[in-house]
Amino acid sequence: MEKRITTPLTAEKVKDLRTGDTVLLSGVIYTARDAAHKRLCELLEKGEKLPFDPKDQVIYYVGPAPAKPGKVIGSAGPTTSYRMDAYAPALIREGLKGMIGKGKRSDEVRETMKECTAVYFGAIGGAGAVLANSIKKAEVIAYEDLGAEAIRRLEVEDMPLFVIMDCYGGNLYESGRKEYLESVKK
Amino acid sequence: MKEISAEDITSVIRRLCMEANSYLPDDIKGKIATCRMTETWNLAKNILGVIEGNFSVAENDFVPICQDTGVACVFLEIGQDVHINGNLREAVDEGVRQGYTDGYLRKSVVKDPLDRVNTGDNTPAMLYTEIVPGDELKITVAPKGFGSENMSAIKMLKPSDGIEGVKKFILETVENAGPNPCPPIVVGVGIGGTFDKAALLAKKALMRSTDVRNEDKLYADLEEEMLEKINALGIGPQGVGGATTALAVNIEKMPTHIAGLPVAVNINCHVARHRSAVL
Ligand code: SF4
Repeated sequence: MEKRITTPLTAEKVKDLRTGDTVLLSGVIYTARDAAHKRLCELLEKGEKLPFDPKDQVIYYVGPAPAKPGKVIGSAGPTTSYRMDAYAPALIREGLKGMIGKGKRSDEVRETMKECTAVYFGAIGGAGAVLANSIKKAEVIAYEDLGAEAIRRLEVEDMPLFVIMDCYGGNLYESGRKEYLESVKK
Repeated sequence: MKEISAEDITSVIRRLCMEANSYLPDDIKGKIATCRMTETWNLAKNILGVIEGNFSVAENDFVPICQDTGVACVFLEIGQDVHINGNLREAVDEGVRQGYTDGYLRKSVVKDPLDRVNTGDNTPAMLYTEIVPGDELKITVAPKGFGSENMSAIKMLKPSDGIEGVKKFILETVENAGPNPCPPIVVGVGIGGTFDKAALLAKKALMRSTDVRNEDKLYADLEEEMLEKINALGIGPQGVGGATTALAVNIEKMPTHIAGLPVAVNINCHVARHRSAVL
């Protein structure tokens, strides 16, 4: 099913999403990759304030290309998510409700998503030019020294995503493949 | 003896870095279009449609197809009758520096694998040189993303593992990669040589057009068979299920030791970029 969703992403909205749904996401989201996640989790360990409040927010795992003159941002497709698995549970416990990336997640991440009602969206890996067109505003809000890996606040409009893992333990990488293989057996 | 200046090499590499990141090779575009027509799984078909749309946007707006504009792999086939005026290594890196800076491409290289500070200009290039007959210099720039590079693998098989062992290792590597390398993928395989030569062959296999099969029938058949077997896994585009897991399997081979059967599998994503020029 195709669904339009606007951030902030409340638990109510998460509960409405199912593995396999296609989603058009609008509103504010934040970017972070490996290096930024490491810093965020160090802050959490020290009990310090994060550069943004993760409550009901969505993090996009992306390190965009530099913006050409006249453009909001350069190409901006997802990076592989498993590198953030060590950090994601701590952020989900702080209220993070959505993650956008590509590829498998650890059991620990999936368990925490179930426990805290969070969702994992897939964006199409390698479709960075098209995805950049759904980003209407971009602003670095922390860790400028990290370059492409800095934390950015993005405003997106109808960003094309699909639900890989929902808050009920669904996993498109398992179910999609299984259903497809059954469909060709028939 | 032909004279080629370092400046000319720099300016060609600068241009190839930008073009390779925005213009996908025609054979890859063709393969994606065909797969979209034949794909039976709905979400898979939609995803292939978005991927096709993305190529057009990148080409028309001259922006990178993917934000991971990769590490710049630069292959030089240097004719033995060519003389290069100037410092070749510096000329190559300067081309990469200019291409990635002037082309607004992402700088994804860290200076030290453990210390991990970005070099800021995507240098150094991964430079491969080969001396060939003739008086030409062929330059190929292949920006390589690491989502797929990280899913690559190498194994020193025993001669007794034979062709079945090779098949098993290729399938295992693709299965383990699953959705991570942005399928549909291109699979480069290197068989034979030494530990390092097998890896290099696998990377070189990715430079060959996916429309061309290995000249040796045994290996051409193996390419076809492995493509079929990989696509029967059902991983599909982006791992959502479907018939399109790989666009092609390209295999390169070379002689090896009586005691060994090295096999390397270098995975590339659908953004299978490479672009060449001859000086
Ligand atoms: S694996 Fe390829 S398509 Fe995917 S993010 Fe990396 S470069 Fe882009």
